[in-house]
Amino acid sequence: MPKSRRSITDLILHLHPPTVPEETLRFNLSWGLGGMAVMLVGLLFFTGILMLLVYQPSTDQAYTSILILTREVPFGLWVRNIHHWSANLLVVISVLHLLRVALTGAFGPGRRLNWVIGLFLLFLLLSSNFTGYLLPWDQLAYWAVTICTSMLGYIPFCGQWLQELFRGGAEIGPATLANFFVLHVAFIPGTLFILLLWHFWLVRRAGGLVQIKKNDAPEAPSPRVSTVPNLVMREAAVGLALVAFVLTLAIFWNTPLLEQANPGMSPNPAKAPWYFMGFQELLLHLHPVFAVFVWPLLGAAAFLCVPFWRDTALPTGVWFGSGQGRTLAAWTTAIGVVATLTLILIDNLLLGSATAVTNTFVTRGLLPTGVLMVLSAGLYSWLVKKLNYSRAETVMAGIILVLVTLTVCTIIGVWFRGPEMHLVWP
Amino acid sequence: MVDNRNNDTPPGPNRRQFLNRLWAFFGVVALVEFGWLGLSFLNSRKERNKPVKTESIVTAGAVEQFTPATVTAVPLGQFYLACLADGSFLALSRTCTHLGCSVPWDEEKNQFVCPCHGSTFNLTGEVLSAPAPRPLDYYPVRIENGIVKVDISTPQKRGRFESTQATRI
Ligand code: HEM
Ligand code: FES
Repeated sequence: MPKSRRSITDLILHLHPPTVPEETLRFNLSWGLGGMAVMLVGLLFFTGILMLLVYQPSTDQAYTSILILTREVPFGLWVRNIHHWSANLLVVISVLHLLRVALTGAFGPGRRLNWVIGLFLLFLLLSSNFTGYLLPWDQLAYWAVTICTSMLGYIPFCGQWLQELFRGGAEIGPATLANFFVLHVAFIPGTLFILLLWHFWLVRRAGGLVQIKKNDAPEAPSPRVSTVPNLVMREAAVGLALVAFVLTLAIFWNTPLLEQANPGMSPNPAKAPWYFMGFQELLLHLHPVFAVFVWPLLGAAAFLCVPFWRDTALPTGVWFGSGQGRTLAAWTTAIGVVATLTLILIDNLLLGSATAVTNTFVTRGLLPTGVLMVLSAGLYSWLVKKLNYSRAETVMAGIILVLVTLTVCTIIGVWFRGPEMHLVWP
Repeated sequence: MVDNRNNDTPPGPNRRQFLNRLWAFFGVVALVEFGWLGLSFLNSRKERNKPVKTESIVTAGAVEQFTPATVTAVPLGQFYLACLADGSFLALSRTCTHLGCSVPWDEEKNQFVCPCHGSTFNLTGEVLSAPAPRPLDYYPVRIENGIVKVDISTPQKRGRFESTQATRI
């Protein structure tokens, strides 16, 4: 091999091992989702750096600088669109990646820390999306930030302090934009980069992706093939196809930009960005302390802890663990959709009929939380004790249920909520 | 390479332990210093950003201008002047107590309807439907020589509407 080729190969082999187990190359094991996420992060860094050259992070110039970017800078519109679509796709891809990791039993012993790091990555890229949303300083941005920083105010004990910290004062203004700008272009990308390297390294240290456990011949190592070209060529094919897709999307579909921020008038409806629609739906139904603090905390804690509970990971490398798991997953999805829709519709009637408001901290806080806890515990023991599902399968059903609920809420929020957030037909 | 430390004079376990602890201590001190530095930096911005209200008294208009049971927006002061059924005046903040959206007055429905999560408030600012947890904040109103004046320096939080919050002629 020529020297130059050799050194490129060596560079690749810093991230990948020299050989990989052949079975982990199957596309329908990983769907290439992690690789796609890496590609999108790359596109984001590239287009972000370009836009940094034009964008002005001050309240009176931000909006104009975006107009200049999209109207006067050659390819400026395209670059903005690529950044926008990569960011939004990244959220979708990462959630799918999380789902595939959960459904192929890839958070078990040896991969626990990487699951936790993955969750932090997800948190970071949601924050990144959101902080970027503010930067154009248009109506969309202004009110999303008003709502979100007000949400911080409901956190017990340190809420007020946090809110002022992020706003850079009591009210939204130049300091808020400065904060979000620094978070978006320096703090979050830096942290993301470090965590990503750690994430990749841990995949390597776990011996690559999950493999199917063979009971008959546990000693025999599965056959390995060399990384270059087998893995690298596959990664390149997926990555390049994705880049082509994003670039095309960005030609035909423009990033929204509303009028310049107007603190006197909220747009009607003032919707959250789509990846926070789950939050928004919670806000419509629950007392703010529960929607903003208690439920997200419970959810995050559950996701963080799940690998540390014994036997919660499915048999590795097989989707849903088994045929029985697959059936359970299908049922959970169907029931999740119906249950979420029913709950939302019923509560919508309740909200509409309520003329006087009773103590919402109890009726729309403690009560639903209690019901949720009891229901989860009951469902768990019913599935495990009566229907003889394994703990891992039941936990899988739980994870699917959470994601299905969030998806249904997102679809409702995006297409079925109109002025004043009333339910409407699109 | 030969590791000299183990061959020559090995530092006693106590000494090594002491030094390790010392470095750990310095590390923690450094962290605290940087944390403090960052927080003071960020905190200073809170003060600087405090809105400077040079004129906190806003003149809304003459008493006769307002008919009972109506709401008038006063854009200059970013509030609503509600003239209640008994003719008393109540100045309401236009910021929704749920998450801070700007609440418009809906003439037809005779209530404030928040565009963000659909909270509704009546003429006196009390919550008609959730998710807003408390009534709209109000500002103290004074009536001098038949002119309605509102002090907008600090919005007043409240649990419910009481007639003392409104000002009679
Ligand atoms: C910026 C976002 C992310 C990027 C760029 C990323 C990247 C990757 C890549 C390239 C892999 C190799 C295997 C594959 O392609 O599936 C991987 C594996 C893995 N990821 Fe992620 N990831 C991200 C977010 C997440 C999230 C949100 C989770 C879950 C909480 C997660 C958990 C894992 C785990 C446990 C593995 C090991 C899977 C196995 O061994 O089969 N990652 N990630
Ligand atoms: S901000 Fe007014 S209802 Fe949420």
